[in-house]
Amino acid sequence: MGANRVVAAPRRRDDRAVAWLFLAPVLVGFVVFYVYPTGLGIYYSLTDYGMLAAPNLVGVENYRELVEDDKFWNALKVTGYYVVLNIAVQTVLALGLAVLMHRLTQSVAVRAMLLVPWLVPNVTVGLLWMWMLDANLGFVNHVLGALGLGATGFLTSPAWAMPTIAGINTWAYTGYTALLLYAGMLQVPRYLYESASLDGAGEWRMFTRITLPLLRPVLALVLVVSLIGSFQIFDTIAVTTKGGPVGATRVIYFYIYEQAFANFRMGYASAIAVVLAVLLGVLTAVQMRLLRASRSDLA
Amino acid sequence: MRSTYRRAGALLLCLALTGPLAACAGSDDSADGTTTLDYWLWDDRQLPAYQDCADAFHSANPDITIEITQTAWAQYWQNLTTQLASGDAPDVWTNQNTYYPQFAAKNQLLDVEPLVQRDKVDLAAYQPGLTEVWVKDGKRYGLPKDWDTMAVVVNSEMLGKQGVDPAGLESLTWNPTDGGTFEQVIAKATVDEQGRNGLDPAFDKDHVQVYGFLPEWADGASGQNGWGVLAAANGFTYLDKNPWGTKYRYDDPKLAETISWFKRLIDKGYAPRNDQQSSVANSELLIAGKGAMLITGSWTVLTLTDPKVKQDLRFIPLPTGPAGGRSPINGLSDAIWAGSEHPEEAWKWVRFLASSDCQDRVAQRAVVFPALTGATQKAADAHKAEGRDVHAFIDAAKKDPFLLPVTDHGTEINTVVQDTIQSVILGSTKADAALTEANNKVNALFK
Repeated sequence: MGANRVVAAPRRRDDRAVAWLFLAPVLVGFVVFYVYPTGLGIYYSLTDYGMLAAPNLVGVENYRELVEDDKFWNALKVTGYYVVLNIAVQTVLALGLAVLMHRLTQSVAVRAMLLVPWLVPNVTVGLLWMWMLDANLGFVNHVLGALGLGATGFLTSPAWAMPTIAGINTWAYTGYTALLLYAGMLQVPRYLYESASLDGAGEWRMFTRITLPLLRPVLALVLVVSLIGSFQIFDTIAVTTKGGPVGATRVIYFYIYEQAFANFRMGYASAIAVVLAVLLGVLTAVQMRLLRASRSDLA
Repeated sequence: MRSTYRRAGALLLCLALTGPLAACAGSDDSADGTTTLDYWLWDDRQLPAYQDCADAFHSANPDITIEITQTAWAQYWQNLTTQLASGDAPDVWTNQNTYYPQFAAKNQLLDVEPLVQRDKVDLAAYQPGLTEVWVKDGKRYGLPKDWDTMAVVVNSEMLGKQGVDPAGLESLTWNPTDGGTFEQVIAKATVDEQGRNGLDPAFDKDHVQVYGFLPEWADGASGQNGWGVLAAANGFTYLDKNPWGTKYRYDDPKLAETISWFKRLIDKGYAPRNDQQSSVANSELLIAGKGAMLITGSWTVLTLTDPKVKQDLRFIPLPTGPAGGRSPINGLSDAIWAGSEHPEEAWKWVRFLASSDCQDRVAQRAVVFPALTGATQKAADAHKAEGRDVHAFIDAAKKDPFLLPVTDHGTEINTVVQDTIQSVILGSTKADAALTEANNKVNALFK
């Protein structure tokens, strides 16, 4: 200790150790349920793992096969089609509903009702619509028939199957999305609307000039989450079309499932899953970037 | 300091990873020397019959208890595979011919041939053909439990209204050119919304009330419930050698002709267009009175003759084609897991399942036709006592039935062939070209 030092500066307490301790449960969960399976998945994607025998390393063989697999490319195409249909329709509808809730009624009953379809399990939703849309026994075709229109195999015609699936999921999720957007709108200060209306702006103008720009970060989050969710479409398809007709709804998740649990090609299925994960990562990054999601204009 | 936490973290991780594994590794043995065998099946209608067998077996062998698990078909195979992968599979399970080759190839099934030899099991007592499906390279992977054949189910009341003579239904003919008397009956059974049948010149094919025939298109690589049966009547055989062939023949023009006939049937309005088909099973449509005929298997007898069904349904033999009128015959077996800790007890149970003691019990309930020829007659009698006429299925089994394909890559072939046939029926591809392409894809799997 030097003589020139008068008082020792109070040592800053180091909280890092405690922080790690509190983080530990989450970290363990993250490692066990995310990092470890991801690592294992990447490893399996380089093997011929078939569940019943020990995996053998085959290098990039699975990925090479993937490039030439027209079913894989078809699955990507079909999934992309679904994502576009679903996100476009769902976001527009949800935005409309959210604005109505925000500007017209703040009724809790209305908000609760919007959530009802989202609360029904997806398998039930799928089965319910499958019966209602059935070409011969379904209620919807019965009504169409009464109106003089011919029967449509909503889930059995290659042209209709995917739009129908997108419609079913839009029905199930729009209310939830609308509620998220509505919550975002509540953050927009009221005085902005008041002064805008004093200046003589109409509802449409207020929507495009105030609501939409200020909603951007929330909208970006909703888009990213529903994009990832849409790519993961599986349950509705598993209970209704099972990938048919002729692969028209064999989306990427269903194809992974088929390879893994019907053909027991776990290695190949893992390779598809890895490609999908990379794809989703890139798409999310691009989207976040384009929408400047981490910054708000309200500050 | 840091490293302590790291070590603690590693320990936690270890616990989290290994805990569940240790927890699931249980033993079936009790301290008192008794054994519990796990037995799996998928058909809920068969569960009571086999529970009966399990109880009888336990009475005769008090030291062995059978625990039956029934899982629906859709989940059965993936559950089984997951259990096999984790090393905790049932000791004995019901096996099926599309799925069993890969279990055999991956050494998951116990070869029972030495046990069959040792205990002198009389294989000749079973329905011909059913035992050999389960043999590969001299190894035997199970004993037969039951069989099923195909027939046509018709709505007698609807056909009666159109003046179809029921006696004539016993010997229908079919060919891929004009469809023979089979197509005539289908045409008569098809009725439009104005009540005109398919032979009426004014028949309106766009407003059909009742379809004469309900074809099945989600039928894998065998077409057991439709196209496969008629293609066989046209002289089509699936592959070079069955079981264990390596060269399929989906490019055979005889198959293309058959599929094209189906397409014409649809174009005439006698069968639902594929893109206007129901998502629900054809049998539901038949029960709902939306169709008059379809090809069905003997496993549906109880469902279709249930007292709750309002339609008057009866079973008639398959039509005879240019190459005869043979039905597919398909059987299930009971297999023993190679990793079972109790192979001797498991074998005892499998032998019991394949014995007349158990198969007669199954026969009495008339759920399926047991594999033992003696028990088959008992099942037929049981059906008769309940007033069900199942002669079409039993006669089919006697008339030189053929085996459905048993090869490697079964599930992958299912997807390829089913997609192709559906695309032909939808009219997006031509039968010859599409089937040839599919056949190349299928055969490439064996290279």
